[in-house]
Amino acid sequence: MHTKTIAELSKLLKSKKISSIELTKTFIERIKSFNGSLNAFITITEAQALEEAKKADQLIAEGKHSVLTGIPIAHKDLFCTNGIKTSCGSKMLDNFIPPYDATVVIKLKNAGTIMLGKTNMDEFAMGSSNEHSYYGTVKNPWDVEAIPGGSSGGSAVSIAARMAPAATGTDTGGSIRQPAALSGITGIRPSYGRISRFGIVAFASSLDQCGIFTQTAEDAAMMLNAMCGFDPKDSTSVEKEVPDFTKTLNDSIKGLRIGLPKEFFNNKLDSEISDKIMEGAKVLEKMGATLHEISLPNSKLGIPIYYIIAPAEASANLARYDGIRFGHRCDDPKNLIDLYERSRAEGFGDEVKHRILIGTHVLSAGYYDAYYIKAQKIRRLIKNDYDEAYKKVDVILSPTSPTTAFKIGSKMKNRVNMYLSDIFTVPTNLAGITGISIPCGFVNDLPVGLQLTGNYFEEAKILNVAHQYQLQTDWHKQIPKKYK
Amino acid sequence: MNHDEIRKIAHMARIQITDDEIEKYEDIGDILELAKEIADIDTANIEPMSHPLLNMSQRLRKDEVTEPDQRKQLQAISPSETEAGLYLVPGVFEE
Amino acid sequence: MEWEAVIGLEVHAQLKTKSKIFSGASTEYGAAPNTQACAIDLAFPGMLPVLNEEAVNMAIKFGIAANAKVCKHSVFARKNYFYPDLPKGYQISQHIYPIVQNGFLDIPVEGDMTKRIGITRAHLEEDSGKSLHEDFHGMTGLDLNRAGITLLEIVSEPDIRTPQEASTYVKILRSLVRYLEICDGNMQEGSMRVDVNVSVRPKGETKFGTRAEIKNLNSFKFIEKAILYEAERQISIITNGGKIIQETRLYDPAKNETRSMRAKEESNDYRYFPEPDLLPLELTDDMIEAIRNNMPELPHQKRDRFINEYKLSQYEADLLVTNRDLGNYFEAALKQCNAEPKLVANWILGDLSAVLNKTETDISDCPIEPERFAQLICRINDKTISGNIAKTIFETLWHEDITVDEIIEQKGLKQVTDSSAIEEMIKQVIIDNPKEYERYKNGETKLFGFFVGQAMKASKGKANPQQLNEILKKLLA
Repeated sequence: MHTKTIAELSKLLKSKKISSIELTKTFIERIKSFNGSLNAFITITEAQALEEAKKADQLIAEGKHSVLTGIPIAHKDLFCTNGIKTSCGSKMLDNFIPPYDATVVIKLKNAGTIMLGKTNMDEFAMGSSNEHSYYGTVKNPWDVEAIPGGSSGGSAVSIAARMAPAATGTDTGGSIRQPAALSGITGIRPSYGRISRFGIVAFASSLDQCGIFTQTAEDAAMMLNAMCGFDPKDSTSVEKEVPDFTKTLNDSIKGLRIGLPKEFFNNKLDSEISDKIMEGAKVLEKMGATLHEISLPNSKLGIPIYYIIAPAEASANLARYDGIRFGHRCDDPKNLIDLYERSRAEGFGDEVKHRILIGTHVLSAGYYDAYYIKAQKIRRLIKNDYDEAYKKVDVILSPTSPTTAFKIGSKMKNRVNMYLSDIFTVPTNLAGITGISIPCGFVNDLPVGLQLTGNYFEEAKILNVAHQYQLQTDWHKQIPKKYK
Repeated sequence: MNHDEIRKIAHMARIQITDDEIEKYEDIGDILELAKEIADIDTANIEPMSHPLLNMSQRLRKDEVTEPDQRKQLQAISPSETEAGLYLVPGVFEE
Repeated sequence: MEWEAVIGLEVHAQLKTKSKIFSGASTEYGAAPNTQACAIDLAFPGMLPVLNEEAVNMAIKFGIAANAKVCKHSVFARKNYFYPDLPKGYQISQHIYPIVQNGFLDIPVEGDMTKRIGITRAHLEEDSGKSLHEDFHGMTGLDLNRAGITLLEIVSEPDIRTPQEASTYVKILRSLVRYLEICDGNMQEGSMRVDVNVSVRPKGETKFGTRAEIKNLNSFKFIEKAILYEAERQISIITNGGKIIQETRLYDPAKNETRSMRAKEESNDYRYFPEPDLLPLELTDDMIEAIRNNMPELPHQKRDRFINEYKLSQYEADLLVTNRDLGNYFEAALKQCNAEPKLVANWILGDLSAVLNKTETDISDCPIEPERFAQLICRINDKTISGNIAKTIFETLWHEDITVDEIIEQKGLKQVTDSSAIEEMIKQVIIDNPKEYERYKNGETKLFGFFVGQAMKASKGKANPQQLNEILKKLLA
C-alpha cells in the first residue's frame, strides 16, 4: 500500500478495496519503525489520525467522500495545527500549541486528508540541509550519512521512505524543490499568492510559499487542487481562479518551447549532474518539445540578494519571539532586557541567530540603501529576466541543486558554501514564479532532480510537463532499498 | 566583522551573545562580502521590488468586529505570569 | 538678543473604527484587559494583517478637510523596535508614502487674524498596548487591548511660534476630527495624544535649532506650559554657551518642568522597510470623490454660516462651533421658535452655559431638551413673559419635567402688558409711598429706581419692564 500513489489510493479507497484505517495504520507503523533512524517526524499524531481515518471510512461508506477523503498526509512543523504542537524545528516553540489551524491545514482537512504528524525541518525554515533543527538532523533514506536537503527535510524524507503519500512544505529559497531533488521525489512550489500563508509561521514574507511533496506530478496536482485558493485572511493571497490542475496533465507537449538558461549550465556545474539533466531534457524533446538556450543574466546575483532580503524580513518576523505571550521564556529574568536577550539567545539556534543579525544589519541606518534597497532593485532585474525569457519559451528547465545529497556536517563549517546550495532555486522565489523538481536519475547512487520553472500562475503547465516526463520514465518510482 | 559591531547588532536584535560565543559570528562578514558583489551593478532608474504581486493593490476589509474574547485560550499557553488578565513582565522603565 | 520658539506638533488621533486597523478585534473603550486582543494583535506565529476599509475612509476624510493631497498610492512600512507593549516587535505604520500630504489649517490668532499652519503629512498606523506599572510587585502589567487600534498620526510643519498658537492649533484640530466623527478627541482618555517638538533660534534666523521632543501632553494647559518651560530652558542653555541635545523629554505638571526620559531608546534606529504582508494601497478618484461628496459641514464652514446667516458675532460663533453639541443644540432650539438667533444664542451662552458649568454637566446631558428651551425663548419673544420671569422659569425647567406653558399657567406668571393695569398699580405704589414721592418731586431723581423696584414687587415681577418704566416716568413727571 505504501508504494501506491494518491491517485491509486484514492481509487482503492473509493472502491472500498482498502480502508482509510488500514492505510493510516500502515503509514503510522512505518513512521514508528523508521523515525528512530531517519528522524523525519517531530510529532506523530496517531490517535487523532486513527479517529480521522474512522470518520473518513464512514464518509466513504455513505458515498459522501471526495477524491482525497481518507488519504493520510504529513504537515511540515511550520504549519500551525490547532491543539497539536507546532515547533518550527526550534526550541523557541518547543512548548507552542497553537489554538488555531493554518488555512491550508483547514483546507486539507476539509478535503478529507488525515494528518499523520508534523515533520522535522530546519529551524524557522532557515537552512538547506535540515541540520539546523532543535530536534536533530534528518537523514536521507538514500544514504543515512547524508542530508536530505532543507528546510523541509522531514517532509521530503517522509515521501522518500514512503512514510506518507504526501507531505506539505514551504519554499522560500528552494526549501521544497531542493530536498525533493536530494531525496529523489517530486516537490512543487506554486507561485507566490496561490496558497494562503495564514497560519504558516513566517520566515521571509515576500518569499515564503507553501507547496507539496508527493511521489508524482499527478499526485501533486490533486493536492494543489485542495490547497490553492484565495484567503481573505492573507492580504498577499491572490483572487485568481484555481483551475483543476489534473485536467491538463495529459495535454500534449508537442511544440512546447523549453528554455535552458545558459548561466545554469556553465562549466561550474558538475558534469555528471549536467548529463542527467540533459538526458531529462532529451526525453521531453523526444515527445515533441523544443529546446532553446536562454539567458537569465542576473540570476547569479540571486544568492547574494536572497541572503540580504530573506534575513532582513526574517529579523523583523522573528522579533515577536520575546518570551512574553508564547514560546520559550528564560528563567528568572533580571530585567526586561535580560528577558529579551536570554529568551531569544536560548530559544534560537545558531543559524537563526546568524540570519537575524545579518538581517538587522542590512536594514540598519547607513546600510539600508547599499544592501536592502539595492537588493530589491536587483530583484526586479531578475524578474525582468524571467519576463523576457517567457516571451521566448514556455517553461524553463534546469538542475534543481548543484550537488547531490552531501554528507552530514560537510558544509557546516562554511556558511557561504551551504548557501550556494540554493543557487538554482532562489531566483524563482525572488521573482515569485512557480517551480517543480522531479527525479531524473542518479549520480553515485544519489538522486538528481530536474527543475521546471513556469511563469506566474502556470502551475498547470509545469505539472503537465512533469507528468508527461513521468509517463516516459520511472525515476520517480525508485525507492531506497530498505524502505521498499 | 569585528566584535564591537557584532555586539551592537546583537543588542539591536535583543539577542545575548557571550564573549566565548562571539567568534562564531565573525563569519557574518563573509556573508556580507558575498553581498558586496551587488554594489557595482547598474540599477539606475530601477524601482525596488518588495514583493512579487505587482499590479495588485491592498484589499480592504469591512469594519466589523469578528473576533470574540479569547483571553482564556490565548493566555493558557503563555510562559509569563498573568494577573488580573494582564501579562506580567519585569518592571519597565518610566514611560 | 530676541529669541523665537519654533514649534511643530505630532498629534496621534485614535480613529473610531469599530474593529482594529489590521484585525477584527473590538475597539470599545473600557473592556477588561486583554479581552479585545486577538491572536493577530498578540502577534502569534503565522498571523497576518488585513486593512480596515473604514480606517482608510476616515483618513481620506481628514485629508480632504485639512485641505491636503490624498495620496492615491501609499505604502505601509515596518517600524522596528522592541518594547513589551509592541507584540510584533515592529509597528505597522507608513513611512515614505503616507496617505495624506501637504495640507493646512487656519487658526485664529490675536487681533482677529488667522494664521495658516501647514500639515506636512498624516498617515495610518497601529496603536501599541498599555503598560501598567502599579500594584504588580515590581513587575509591569501588559494590557494589549489597545494594540492594533487605528491611529492617524498628523504632523504639522514647524510653523507655530507661541504656546498659545500651539494649543489653539490642537483645539482646532480636535474640533475638526470631532466634526468629521473620526475621533473623540478626548485627550484625558488618550484618544488624542500630542507630542511637541520645540527648538529656539535668534529672531530673524532661518536655520532651525536643535529640537527636543516633549511627549504625551494631555491638556491644552500643559501644552502651553511645557512649551513655555522648554523654550526658556533651551534659551538659557544656549545663552550660557551650551548645546541643545536632540532628545525626548517628559513634562512634569507638578513641578512645571520638562526632563529627559531615562531608559527608552535614545537614538532609535527603526530600520524602516516596506511591509511585505500588505500590498500598496491604491485609491481611485471615485473613492475619494465619493467621500468628498459626503463630507459633513466643517467647523470653519459652520462658523461662517453662523456669522452670515444668523448674524452672530465671531466670538459667539466660535463658542457655538467649537462645542459641536452646543452648536447642534442651538440650531435645534432655533428651529422650534421664530426668535432672533441672537436671543437664542445669548440665552445658551449665558444662563444655560452658566448652569452647565456650575453643575459640571455636558450639553449632551442637559435636562432641558432643545424643545422646552425653545418654548421658553418663544414666550420671551412673544412677550408672554418678561426676561426676569424667564430666568425663574428656566430654573424650574432644569429641575422638573414640565413645559413652559404649564409653569406659566400654574404660577400665573403671564407678563402684565395691560397699560391701564400697570397705571393703576403704579398709582397705588405712589399713594403707598408719599414720603418718597415728595423727595422725588423735590429733586432726588435717583429714587426712580426705588419706584421701579416697588412697582415690580407689586406686580410680582410680571409687569413688562419697558412699559412699567414708561408709565412710571409719565406718572412721576
